[in-house]
Amino acid sequence: MTARVLALHGGLIAVLLALHFLLPAYHHGNLARVMVLACYAIGYNVLFGYTGLLSLGHAMFFAAGMYGMGLPLHFLGIGAELAFLAGLLSAAALALVVGLLALRTAGVAFMIVTLMFSEAVYLTILLAGKWTRGDEGVVLERAERVFFGLDLSDPDIRYLAALALFALCLFLTLWLVRQPAGRVLIAIRENDERARLLGYDIFRHKLAAVVISGTISGAAGAAYGLLFGYVGATFAEVQYSIFPLLWVLLGGAGTIIGPFFGVLFMFYLIDLSSGITSAYMLIAGIALVLLTLFAPQGLAGELRRRRMRWLP
Amino acid sequence: MTETKTPSAGPADPSRRSAIATLAGAAAATSLPLWARYTHAQTAAPIRIGFQMHATGIGSAYGRWYDRTTQAAARLINEAGGINGRPVEIITEDDGTDPKRGAEVVEKFATQHNCDVGYGTLFSHVVMGSAPRAGELQLPYFVVSEGHHVASGKLNRWTVQPGITDVKSQVMAMAPFVAETLGKKVTMIFPDYAFGHDHRDFFTEAMAANGGEVIAKLAIPPTETSFTKYFPKIPRETEVIYHVMVGPAVLTFVKEMGEFFGPSRPAIFGFIDSLEAVDLASPGLEFLEGTYFWEGMARYAQPDQTEFDRHYRAAIGIDQNGASTRDPKDVSTYAHMFGCWETLYVIKAGMEAAGYAGPADRQKLIEAVEAMTEWPLSNEHPQGAKLFNGKTHQVFGPQYISKLEGGRLNVVQTTPIEAGFYPDEVDYTTRSF
Repeated sequence: MTARVLALHGGLIAVLLALHFLLPAYHHGNLARVMVLACYAIGYNVLFGYTGLLSLGHAMFFAAGMYGMGLPLHFLGIGAELAFLAGLLSAAALALVVGLLALRTAGVAFMIVTLMFSEAVYLTILLAGKWTRGDEGVVLERAERVFFGLDLSDPDIRYLAALALFALCLFLTLWLVRQPAGRVLIAIRENDERARLLGYDIFRHKLAAVVISGTISGAAGAAYGLLFGYVGATFAEVQYSIFPLLWVLLGGAGTIIGPFFGVLFMFYLIDLSSGITSAYMLIAGIALVLLTLFAPQGLAGELRRRRMRWLP
Repeated sequence: MTETKTPSAGPADPSRRSAIATLAGAAAATSLPLWARYTHAQTAAPIRIGFQMHATGIGSAYGRWYDRTTQAAARLINEAGGINGRPVEIITEDDGTDPKRGAEVVEKFATQHNCDVGYGTLFSHVVMGSAPRAGELQLPYFVVSEGHHVASGKLNRWTVQPGITDVKSQVMAMAPFVAETLGKKVTMIFPDYAFGHDHRDFFTEAMAANGGEVIAKLAIPPTETSFTKYFPKIPRETEVIYHVMVGPAVLTFVKEMGEFFGPSRPAIFGFIDSLEAVDLASPGLEFLEGTYFWEGMARYAQPDQTEFDRHYRAAIGIDQNGASTRDPKDVSTYAHMFGCWETLYVIKAGMEAAGYAGPADRQKLIEAVEAMTEWPLSNEHPQGAKLFNGKTHQVFGPQYISKLEGGRLNVVQTTPIEAGFYPDEVDYTTRSF
């Protein structure tokens, strides 16, 4: 790993750590949220940006992590640490099953199959209302959200926990895409037939990408529930499958740092424009169209094309 | 106490010291209006009420009318001198009827807008997603949701519902009328998610307590667009159909139910939630003629209309049919939006009782509201007299049962407040802040 790659990504973490001491309360809270959602986008990026598989159902993994954590925590009282692990395992198991079935398809069919699986997960959450409380969701008490003795409802701890998870996801994927297996994923994205001809097991690599992507997304879902105290079915709805696609496209698909800036940009675009007009989604839509027209590779992608060709 | 001094004659030839003193005095006098303005601003700064509005998303029809009600009530409060001598300022943020955005909006109220309270949330899932953050930020959070989430103990000490009754109370108050007037054997048709499940569970229990029985429960998946396959499942011995369908499919639901039953149908009882903001003269709703509805507040002005209802309609701009005075096609969400009006007046009463001066007094405000017990039928509470349970943070009030006749809803029964009582499920006053 080159020094400048380390410096860039480490620098981002250092800046985020510095912002912890500098930001006013509102933006401090926002950035904690952005970092958790950026983990979700990073997970999505592993599959879409690096493997070239466009999923329209990633909300199911986010929700699997969230409910896999929240339900045992709330009903079984297993503690936040074990609950977080349960969230990860739930998302990983779901990703494995979905991957085994959905990867029998490709292209548009893969998009549709993932969308349908996600709808099935959403409806399952609604139908299991006895435990999930359907659309209303479940509130996690502050006392339940204590992680290795740390009160995750405390703003400082929440921010630092979000930063720790974000740093972990960021460096994990940075490491992954620079491994031989990670380069195979990129080869699959560029030309899977050629990768197959070179002797790589395409299916196993794609399956691994689905599981890794789903698990990271699930980690984000579990963390979101723990940090903000709510587990709800809306997070399994279709728009939460579209969001990571937008974030990654905006930030730069196939870049490690891009998803974070995609989430940050979109978050503040909505937050600021909603203060100007109730038609804020129109402003968001126009901004997205303009970005797609003039920076089709996203923010970080454009940066890589113009100035920083070494950007991973 | 202000000390006054009688001015004395100074030296004719002032010394340098006295000249400086005079200049300093003049400078102080010049700046006095600035001090006065600042001091005044400290006490006359607006009370900032963060209004969490469903401006977009599935709740937008409700949000539009919640907003109009809120603005009207705030205007009247300001015209009457504000709260503790301070004007009320409504800070509106759209939550998109989404719990994630709802929580962000609550954070924005507390940490960016420096609101004194958060207020006005309707949809239960948005309340559930937002309330934890309100609790953590110690922001008094006054919801207008009719969900049972507050009184069930799922939320926190900072969340209060003092302006609208909850679904459990509403359903319990309806059961005696259904059992005694319409029939003992009921088939329920409800959406298969939390709102529908609340109706299913609470009404089944209430019917049993009133000598009736729910003989079939038809849960409709939320994605359903056609209902014909469900109607054959309605048992033949059904005497009453109870429906609480919501969302855009309600018109299809009614039309298909009409086609299924034709002229020989059982008695039908529904919650007006299905048809809030919908013109009852809409094509396809003819089948509902002669059926009964729960209303939180009577949409159509009744022959015994109170002066308070007149005052309320006039302030918001609502005609005798429950539509906007500017556009008769713009039908209000009359059965729910009074909750905003009444909640704002509870906030006012609470702040006055607590001597509320600023965010440092937020805890005092909650304690003051918890100490309240009743509000009479009045301009401040035009829906009816209320009893407030400070332990459960939930208000109780009358309910209205109306019959659809000639395209308008006529109230046939007003249930007493006590009909909606149930044992306390929580005592928030024992919880820490």
